[in-house]
Parts: sequence; C-alpha cells; structure tokens
Amino acid sequence: MAPHFPGIHTMLRPHSAALATALAAALACTAAGASEAPSRFVADPYPSTYQAIAAGPVLLTNATVLTGTGERLDGADVLMEGGRIAAVGRGLQAPAGATRVDGTGKWVTPGLIDVHSHLGVYASPGMHAHSDGNEATAPVTAAVWAEHSVWPQDPGFAAALAGGVTSLQILPGSANLVGGRGVTLKNVPAATYQGMKFPGAPWGLKMACGENPKRVYGQKGGPSTRMGNVAGYRAAFIDAAEYLDKNTPKSTPRKRRWWQGEDAADSDADTGGKRDLKLDTLAGAINGDILVHIHCYRADEMATMLDLADEFGFKVAAFHHGVEAYKLADRLAEVGVCGALWADWWGFKMEAFDGIQENIALVDRPDGSCAIVHSDSDEGIQRLNQEAAKVMASAGRAGMQIAPERAIRWVTANPARSMGILDETGTLEAGKMADVVLWNGNPFSVYAQAEQVYVDGARLYDRNDRSRQPVSDFMLGQGATDAAGMSGGVR
Amino acid sequence: MNRLAMKALAAATLSLLALGANAQDLLIRNAKVHTAGAQGTLENADVLVTGGVVRQVGPGLSAPAGAQTVDAQGRPLTPTLFGGITEIGLEEVSGERSTVDASLGLGAETKQMTVRPEFDVTLAYNPASVLVPVARVEGIGWTLLGANTTSGGSIIGGQGAVVRLDGDPDPIGAKVLFVDLGSGAAGLSGNSRAAQWMILDQLIDEVRGRIGPDANAALLTPAGRRTLASYLDGGGRVVVGVHRAADIRQLLRWSKRHDVRIAIAGGAEAWKLAPELAAARVPVFVNPLGNLPANFDQVGATMENAARLHAAGVPVSFAQSGDGSHNARKIRQLAGNAVAAGLPWEQGLAGLTTVPAQALGVGDEAGRIAPGQRADLVLWSGDPLEVSAVALQVWMDGRAIPMRSRQTELRDRYLRTKVPAERGGLPRAYPSGDTAR
Repeated sequence: MAPHFPGIHTMLRPHSAALATALAAALACTAAGASEAPSRFVADPYPSTYQAIAAGPVLLTNATVLTGTGERLDGADVLMEGGRIAAVGRGLQAPAGATRVDGTGKWVTPGLIDVHSHLGVYASPGMHAHSDGNEATAPVTAAVWAEHSVWPQDPGFAAALAGGVTSLQILPGSANLVGGRGVTLKNVPAATYQGMKFPGAPWGLKMACGENPKRVYGQKGGPSTRMGNVAGYRAAFIDAAEYLDKNTPKSTPRKRRWWQGEDAADSDADTGGKRDLKLDTLAGAINGDILVHIHCYRADEMATMLDLADEFGFKVAAFHHGVEAYKLADRLAEVGVCGALWADWWGFKMEAFDGIQENIALVDRPDGSCAIVHSDSDEGIQRLNQEAAKVMASAGRAGMQIAPERAIRWVTANPARSMGILDETGTLEAGKMADVVLWNGNPFSVYAQAEQVYVDGARLYDRNDRSRQPVSDFMLGQGATDAAGMSGGVR
Repeated sequence: MNRLAMKALAAATLSLLALGANAQDLLIRNAKVHTAGAQGTLENADVLVTGGVVRQVGPGLSAPAGAQTVDAQGRPLTPTLFGGITEIGLEEVSGERSTVDASLGLGAETKQMTVRPEFDVTLAYNPASVLVPVARVEGIGWTLLGANTTSGGSIIGGQGAVVRLDGDPDPIGAKVLFVDLGSGAAGLSGNSRAAQWMILDQLIDEVRGRIGPDANAALLTPAGRRTLASYLDGGGRVVVGVHRAADIRQLLRWSKRHDVRIAIAGGAEAWKLAPELAAARVPVFVNPLGNLPANFDQVGATMENAARLHAAGVPVSFAQSGDGSHNARKIRQLAGNAVAAGLPWEQGLAGLTTVPAQALGVGDEAGRIAPGQRADLVLWSGDPLEVSAVALQVWMDGRAIPMRSRQTELRDRYLRTKVPAERGGLPRAYPSGDTAR
C-alpha cells in the first residue's frame, strides 16, 4: 500500500525535533479525528492522554528489514525522526545528532500488534479481585467498556513489550453474547489507562458465539443453546436498529449548505430521547464506527454470524479463535473478514476439537485474505513471532512455503487493519508511528529476542540496558531480587 | 527439507511398510545423531536397528540384508521426546467431563476430603485416543500420565506412570505418586497451606501404624496405606506440584525426614533453592515460559529458572502449565525458550530425553540412542528445539509410524481445491468429492 503521509519525510527534515513532533501530532489528530464530527455513539468522555516520549532521531543500519507491507529489504536502514518513520531503504543518511544503531546480522520489523489480549482486565497476579474481564451478569452487556477494567500495573504489559508488542486491543471476555467495548492501547507504562489509550483508535465490540455464553447463562435464564444465542444477538440488534433510527435526523438535507454547521445532523433536536449506553455501542457498530470482533470457533457459526451482520447492516472486522476458520477461508477472504487465530491450540473444549496447525496458513492462502496470529494469553503475547514461526513450519510440511515478509503481516499489518489503526502503525512506511522492533536475528526462531523496542520513536525497551526495562509498581519490594542480584519477575 | 525430499522420504517409508519383512530392521545413514547419551552428538553418523533395538551408532555402518535404509541427508536424529506430565489418553476434550479421567473426587458433594493414594489413572489410559497420534507425529514418544488433585479428593492426587505412545495399553516403569502443595491446593487442606504438612504427617503416622486403621482420625484405606508405604523410605518417585520457595524448603525438610524421593513439577521459584535441590538430587520439571507472577506463590517467576537450576547442578526437565495434553508438542518450544534464556542446548535436549527418563526410572526404555535401547527415533527437518523445525519421520521399536493424525486428515480434506457443485463436485465429506488439486 502507499504510504499514508506521502512527503512527510521531506517535510520533517528541515525542522527542529520539537516542531517535527508538533507536526506529527497534528497529522495524527487529523488522521484520527477524520473530517466529520464523530457520531454521538462514539463520543469519548474518557479521552486518551497518551503522550509520545520525545526522542532524537535514530537510524537503524544494515539490517534485514521486514516492512509489514510484504517486502523484505536486506542490508537496509530505518530512520526514525520526530516519533515517525522518516525513511526505509538502503544507504540512508543520518540527520545531525541521530543515534546510529548497527543492525548488522539483525532484523527489523514493525512493532507487533495483538488484536486479542486481556492484559489489565485479567491481570497478574490472577486474584479474584483482578477478575475484571467478564461482566457476567447479563448476556448482552454492550454498555460496558473494557478500558474501565484495565489495571495499568499488570506486569504482563512489560513482558509483552519485551516480546516486541507495541499496540494491543484489550477485549472483554467471552461469557456474553455481546461483551462490551474493547480498547486499543499503546504498550507503554502509565499510571492510567488513558495514558496508554491509542489516540484516535476506534473501539472494538466484543461478541461471542457458541459454548461460552450458553454455558454461563444456561442455568441463569438463558441462552442455553446456540439457537438461543442467535435469538439473543438478533433481539439486541433489533433494539439497536430502532434506537439508531430514532437518533437519526428525520429530515437530513440531501446536501449540506454552507451555513449549516458540521454537527447539524447531530443536534439535540435529532436525538431519540434518553441515551442508552448499551444501544449507543450497538448503534456505533452498525454505523461502522465501532469494529466488530467476534469470538467464534466453528465454521458453521461464523457463517451464521456473517448472515447476522448482513441482516443488521454491520461489518465483521475479525473472527477470533476460529479454530475452524480453514473450513471457510475463501469466504472470509471474499467478504474481507480477518481471522484472528492461534497457531495450534485445540481440544480444550468441543468447539475447539477440529483445530489444525495449518489453520492460519490456510486462512492466509486466498487473495485478499487477512490472517492474524493473536494470543488471548499473557504468555502467548510475549512470543507472537514464535507462534507465527510454528505456522510457517507446519505450512511448509504441507507444501505451502510462506516467506518471512509475508508471515510478519500476521502480527503487524493485519491486526492493525482489523483494529482500524493501519493508517498509523503496523508497517514500516514513512509517516507512520515509529513503532519498531530490532531483533537479534530472524524473528521466526525460538532463539530470537527483541533487543530494542521503539514506541513512537522512543526506545522503551532494551534487552541490554536495565535503564530501559520497565518494572510494574506491583513488582517492587516483592523480594524478587536475591542476594546474588538475580531477580525474578518478567525479565 | 524441501517438499521433494520429504516426499522421497515418505515414499521410502511407505515402501518399507509395504514390504512388511524385517520391518524392525533399519539403517539410518548420514544423520546428525543427538544420542542424548554417552556418545553425545555425532555428525554424519549411522544408526543400525535390528529387531526394533538399536545395535550400533557410528560412522560407516552397513545394512544387513533386507533392512530398510534411510538417508538422513545430515539432518538431526534424536530419541523420541518426553511429552511432559499430561493426561494424554486420559482425556479427549478438556471441557467435557465425560471424557476426562485424570482426577478423583469421591467426597460428598465434592466438598469432603477423601485420601486415595491408591487411585491409579493408568487404568483409564486409552491408547486409541486421538491425542496419541497428534503428539506422536511431532516426535513425542512417551509421557508421564499425571493424577490431578480436585475437590472431593485431597492434596494426594493418586498415581500415574510413563506410557509410550505406540498404542501399547500398559505403562512402563514404576508408578509415580502425585501431590499438590501451596496456594493452588490450599482449598484441599482447609484453606491453609500449613495444614498440608499436618495432613501429610498424619498419613505417615497411619502408614507407620501410629494411628490405627480403626481410629476416628484415619484417612487411608488398607490399600492406601500399602500404596503410600511404597513411596516412603527411598521407594517410588513422588512428583510434587509446588511453586513458592518457602514451600519447597518445607518440602525438602519433609522429604529428608521420611526419605521420600521427590521431584518438583512447576517450581517457579525453585531457582531460589537451587543449591539445596542439587544437593538433594531433586529433579525439577519447570515451565520456562512462566515469567509472570501468576499468583503470590510465583512472584519470583523468571524465564531463567531452568538455566539457574542447571548451573547449580539440578536435573532440569520441562512441564507445561495449562493444557499440556492437547499441546504436548509445545514442549519442544519450552525447551527452546529455556535455551534462549541461558540453558545450554544439550541440557535443553536432555530435559526432553535423559533427565525425565532417569527421574522416572525408565532410562533403559526411553531417552537415549544407544546400543540395546529401543529404537524410538525422530528425524527432524532442523534443530529439534526450534519452532521452525518439524518431525519428518518417527520410528517406534524401529517401525516407521504413519505420520498421520486426525489433524492431518482434517488438513488434507481442506487443503484440496473443492470441485464446485455446478461441476458435479460432491461435498468434502465424500472421499472422492474433493479430488481436484
């Protein structure tokens, strides 16, 4: 794809770092805010306070670069400046004052992205008091927002950063038919979740098929069957459609006149009465402002959910877990729905019985596909690269050779696409956020380690520099360091 | 290995199966043989198998008449690997109770404590489980069946044993007793880990006859007393699930007092007591991926656990947290990550071979490539600890096992291009309905 901000490289170069940062921030605002006023369904009273950490220009040199766009560049450089990718290519000149990092023998990729995490909402230590991921009090809890459960001190965030993860979506659990809103975070240490909240990223809507909702509600008033599940989704979206209709201006002018304000279509006169948080979220999903992520294992249920989406006019961004996604890989590609999947989990419940190790490779195979490696795990998120490597190995055994430059998209560009942040991150293209990982070798190896991780151009993790290894408040004073100076914790 | 080479190997294997004669006679030539034994690693070496047993390992061996010859093209050959402590063959679908036989809860409404060390999960082992071939085609040749603790039972889970994943219904080696300690098991001991020692001491008093069989306090059946007695005084191996350093310290004292041969499973904080564990020759089955404080027993968890334990002289093997049965094949990834975190590579392999074999008393049956050993072998596409490598062929008792499982059947059904219905194509459910490639 074309760079999102053509020309930014030349624009930024003559300016001071401070001005460059300001410019980049302004551009980020434009991109995130879009040109129209946001629908009231996605107004944000809990806005991001994330601030990129100022850092001088950095030039990573002579590395094997996987851009995330499907390209591999050997002996290439990556220049970060003003928090953005300034250039990618061979023989780049470092601007004055730039830090040069020798990447000889090393690999550079975009920062990894996990579309399915419960860090912060099922935080470590896994105490009852930290069980904040499932509002298991009703089958449809579209009113809740996962961000209001996120504990930013979860030590899992720092562990994921050490694994190269720079952005992640925190989702509610799968107990409910509609679990609530997910939130996308930059993986930076902060005292509040707002300090991590990815500026301008759309919310996700978490829905769940199959066994979990019917198990949780089977003895609590239902649904107790898969048919009950579907009736539940439909009832919720019927309410949402009515709400949307009531909240849509009755006499929308065909053309907006110059004297009409941009928010004319959203004035008080056009609202349908008292706000309903649950219906706000579902209406936002129908409008396409909130991206729909559905936990769904079986192929037949995914097909049902695609019909449901057509029935109510929403788009599915991704099916999550889909251990049977390989059974309808062509259809997923045709309708442009991502498959966010594990490399090889299976068998832990009946709907996971047909899992195969080539699932991601088969979902990746058709033209227009969008295969994603996701974690759903505080362990898996630390080694998304290894999960991808296992898929490549299994695919190779089955006669499907997959190159690193293609596979890296499973953990970078494709999740970014499904989360609506591909314009900002997920590839190494000039103008994008400088979310970058320097690996000590080919990342598709069990021995690969992220040496340096940059978020918006700032070196926020460095394996060889203790001063660049964040430690959660929780880990302090836990006796995790013994007399010999050996510590436990997330190192 | 490229696909062509894999096909050639598969064809050679198939022709061997077709021949039938001397199926357990085999010469694997030109392999990088990781013997995991006294011979270490041998480049460009041959392994000669007759009657299902390894006879010779070394360069330039010649095949007896009728033996199948396989050219390994320099690729790594290892013994079949240990699959960890699992419920392979004891469960099909973890979430479906009717398919799970790995724990005992006889207590009324599963609230009352019942202590049944005589409970033996190997009696439930189903060698026809779909989990067996799924693990086996990935080079996993044997596993320790574990008895889990559950409410209605006690901190004593019961007994398990090693099974070979070759379809044999019976375990090999001696039985192993499983015990859980710490916060995870505190619900089984009146909500305090302190009571775990109280219960263990009481059980020993019963075994020693200091509490009579008819005493009100007695917890054990006659069979339970006999069983538990066999694990005291230097008897059978007791595998203890425990993480916190303080609990491990108590465990070391207890085991010394009663001369119990323990091994530790989990051991997130075992590194803190590495010298003591080494001195007591306690093998530890660690999860090298566990680096988060999953609970207050594991605040000291670190990916360097395996490396630190080994450096102090502790025998280190591996065990997964979570679903290690369906994902038994993931144990190679655990070993590889331990190596990435500082464990020497040879010790990573030893943790999958000789260390668990010796710890579980099956060193003569598994874990090494050496003359006299069963020919349980795996030929790999590359470094066996690498996630980018796959098992190309597995032999058990010198027989090439079919590299197929329910998962490869599913894969192959959907790998093919379907013939559209309008062209007369049948659904994939028909054997010939999807033959276009």
